[in-house]
Amino acid sequence: MTDFNTPLSKVRGLGSAKDGTHHWWVQRVTAVANIPLILFVVISFVGNAGKGHADWVAWLKQPVVSVLMILFIMNVVYHMRLGLQVVIEDYVHSHGLKVASLLLITFACVLIAALSIFSVLRIAFGG
Amino acid sequence: MAQAKRPLSPHLQVYKWGAHMAASIINRMTGVALAVGTILLTWWLVALASGHEYFNTVQGYAGSIIGRLVLFGLTYALMQHLAGGIRHLFMDAGKLYDLKANTTSARFTFVFAIIATAAIWFAAYKVMGAF
Repeated sequence: MTDFNTPLSKVRGLGSAKDGTHHWWVQRVTAVANIPLILFVVISFVGNAGKGHADWVAWLKQPVVSVLMILFIMNVVYHMRLGLQVVIEDYVHSHGLKVASLLLITFACVLIAALSIFSVLRIAFGG
Repeated sequence: MAQAKRPLSPHLQVYKWGAHMAASIINRMTGVALAVGTILLTWWLVALASGHEYFNTVQGYAGSIIGRLVLFGLTYALMQHLAGGIRHLFMDAGKLYDLKANTTSARFTFVFAIIATAAIWFAAYKVMGAF
C-alpha cells in the first residue's frame, strides 16, 4: 500500500485527528479498571439489598468503601464520556450539532461525577 | 448529472445476521443504556446523602414494579457490556479473529450475561429473605 505520510507525521503518530491513539488507549485502561470496580459494586449492592438508610450510610462511610466508590465513579464516568463521544461521532453528522452534543455530554459527565463524589464525601465526612 | 447504474458497496442490510454482529451492536446499545444507569446511580447517591426521608422516596421508586424492571434491564446491560468488553480486550490483543472463535465468543457473552443477571437477582432476593 502506498504510504502518503511524511516521515515527521509518522514519528509524531498523531494521525488526522491530531490526537494519536490516546482516546483508544484510555478507553481500554478504564475498561480494565472497570472490571474489579464493577464486581465490587455489584457484590456490595446485592449484599446490602433491601437495607434502610442507616445501614447504607454505615456501609458507605467505611474508608475503603468510600474510596472505592469514588474511584468507581471517576473511572465509569471517564469511560462513559469516551464511549458516548464515539457514538456521537459515528451518528451525528452535522458539524454544529456534533460539537454541541460533545459539549453537552462533557458537561453532563463532569456534573454527574461532581454530584456523585460530593455525595460520597458528604456521607464519609458527615456526622 | 445522470447517475450511472452501478453496483453499490454492500451495506448492513444485505448481511445475514450473526452472533458477532449482534454482540457488536448490543455492546454499544448497552453502553448507552448504562450511561442512563449512571445518572440513576448519581440520583441514588444524592438521595443517600440527603437524608433518610428523601432516600426512602427514591428507594420506593426503585422498589416499584417499573423500578425493578429498569434495574433488571440495567443489570443485564452491565453484564452484557462487561462480557462484551472483555471479549473486545481479547480482540484488541489480536485474539478471537478466526470465524469460529469469533462467533463462539460472541454467543458466550449473551449466555454469560443472562446467567449472571439471573444469579445477581437470585442472590439479591435471597439476601432480602424472599426465600
